[in-house]
Amino acid sequence: MPADYLPILFFAVVAVVLSAIAVLMPALFGPKRPTSVKLAPYESGKLPIGPARRRFSIQYYLYAVLFILFDVEIVFLFPWAVVFRDLAPRWLGLAEAAVFVLILLLGLAYVWKKGGLEWE
Amino acid sequence: MEISLPTFDFLVVAPEIVVLITALLVMVVDMVIGREQKGRLAWVALVGVLAAGALSYYLWDGSDPALHDMLAADGYALFLNLAILVAAALAILFSLEYTGRVGLAQGEYYTLLLLSTAGMMLMAAAINLMTIFLALEILSISLYVLVGLNRAERRSAEAALKYFVLGAFASGFLLYGMALIYGQAGTTSLAGIRAAVQAGGEPSALLLVGLGLMIAGFGFKVALVPFQMWTPDVYQGAPTSVTAFMSVGAKVAGFAALGRVALYAFGDLQGDWRWVLAVLSALTMTVGNLAALRQANLKRMLAYSSIAHAGYALAGLAAGNAQGTSGLLFYLFAYAFMNAGAFAIIIAAGRFEGATGGGETLDDFAGLAARKPGLAVAMALFMLSLAGVPPLAGFLAKLYVFGAAVRGGLIWLAVFGVVNSVISAYYYLRVVVSMYMREGRPAAVPAPVCAGLQVGVALAAVAIVLLGLWPGPIVDLARVAALALLGG
Repeated sequence: MPADYLPILFFAVVAVVLSAIAVLMPALFGPKRPTSVKLAPYESGKLPIGPARRRFSIQYYLYAVLFILFDVEIVFLFPWAVVFRDLAPRWLGLAEAAVFVLILLLGLAYVWKKGGLEWE
Repeated sequence: MEISLPTFDFLVVAPEIVVLITALLVMVVDMVIGREQKGRLAWVALVGVLAAGALSYYLWDGSDPALHDMLAADGYALFLNLAILVAAALAILFSLEYTGRVGLAQGEYYTLLLLSTAGMMLMAAAINLMTIFLALEILSISLYVLVGLNRAERRSAEAALKYFVLGAFASGFLLYGMALIYGQAGTTSLAGIRAAVQAGGEPSALLLVGLGLMIAGFGFKVALVPFQMWTPDVYQGAPTSVTAFMSVGAKVAGFAALGRVALYAFGDLQGDWRWVLAVLSALTMTVGNLAALRQANLKRMLAYSSIAHAGYALAGLAAGNAQGTSGLLFYLFAYAFMNAGAFAIIIAAGRFEGATGGGETLDDFAGLAARKPGLAVAMALFMLSLAGVPPLAGFLAKLYVFGAAVRGGLIWLAVFGVVNSVISAYYYLRVVVSMYMREGRPAAVPAPVCAGLQVGVALAAVAIVLLGLWPGPIVDLARVAALALLGG
């Protein structure tokens, strides 16, 4: 039985070796001409000033959660849309997706009504 | 290429669908009605729960329809549905006035309560590891939010965070166990796992470790020692009506899934898991009772008592026979009434003027019999039933599970249980003594009790007396439910 898992072990070894090469090769052979700018931590192009543990507005969190929600909705709807023509009773496929979208729509209406979309 | 959609027998999951639709309905109604009318949401929720209960009863015709190897509407699921819906209905009745007093957002409260109820019902019906996990998350995530819904109270937020972090951890254990079982059996269907176990001969370590991890995951949900650490803080910090609901509902759902996995999927490995559950059961009732002895706060005391009751109920499962399973089912059903009822009295006591402990301490209950004789009688009944005094429901429930344990060859466990019941009588009776034999402080003026709560308490009190005196119908239902699991 454990022999069945050999490919997973093999895959893990390959992953570790490959990433080790990617990290070690530049460190060993790459030219190094450090400047103060190059040595600064990378922060998406912004200057890293101040401590990392600061407070964020809770609104970012709310937006992130809402974004994920509707992002995932699209993830589910895409494959459905691709095979829609092939669904056997097509109306049933439409009805099931409609129920799914309707429930999420209710959620959107709820967020809207409760003021979750307002940014003051 | 044509993709034929699977046929979908809506009737199999009709009770769950009704509860889910009601949850959405509550959310919609909450959006359109004014602030003063929020109290009506409770009635919408209550109608939905009662309709789901009626449907569950209606579906009970002896056949065991299943939904694509994912959910089953067998007797086992339907019986537990009834217990869960009883807890939900009682919780709604107890919340009528409480939600307004504490300032909980009612739309969200009832929506989440119903969603959690639906998750519990799905968990009782789940016959696939996937649906078990999904149902567990539906019920848990709703409960995490419900526990922290009282935003004015720091303890509520603390309880929610503790419950969430530890709950997520327990879900991890459960998933890991499921993954190992899947790795060995090659299927997530409980029937498939059962077949793999039967074909396997000597059980592999993977299966046993997987089952052990799943027991740990469910053990967290039903608060078995040593997975009980969160229980007192969460039960105490949560809004009392939520505690009343979750102390029953989450336990019923956890035992439902544990029972299906252990008795059905791993039924042929009884020798391997029975002693584990028996030891856990003995540990759980002992630790729960000993810790409860020292509590002055009633919510905390009832939290430890609920740990102890998880231990008693587990004895029925550890017995491993049909009698133990039906005993467990009867236990959960009786427990729904007596435990939820006890929390209801705490909700009522929280309104008394001069109740310095928020209605949660023994002192607040001093002399209650003189001021509110009805409430005191009901509370005494709940306490005596929890202690297992005949002829109340709690006594018969213990009799069934311990009897089954003896028949299953676990005489030591039954002795443990009886000794523990005697210990527990001390702290249950202390409440009764406080109500009947101590003088109340003159400042503690009783406030009028909400009619809905009175009805709920009366129903629960009548139910435990009736279940104790005339258990026949429910015991028969429980027996059919147990056979649905073990025979099929």
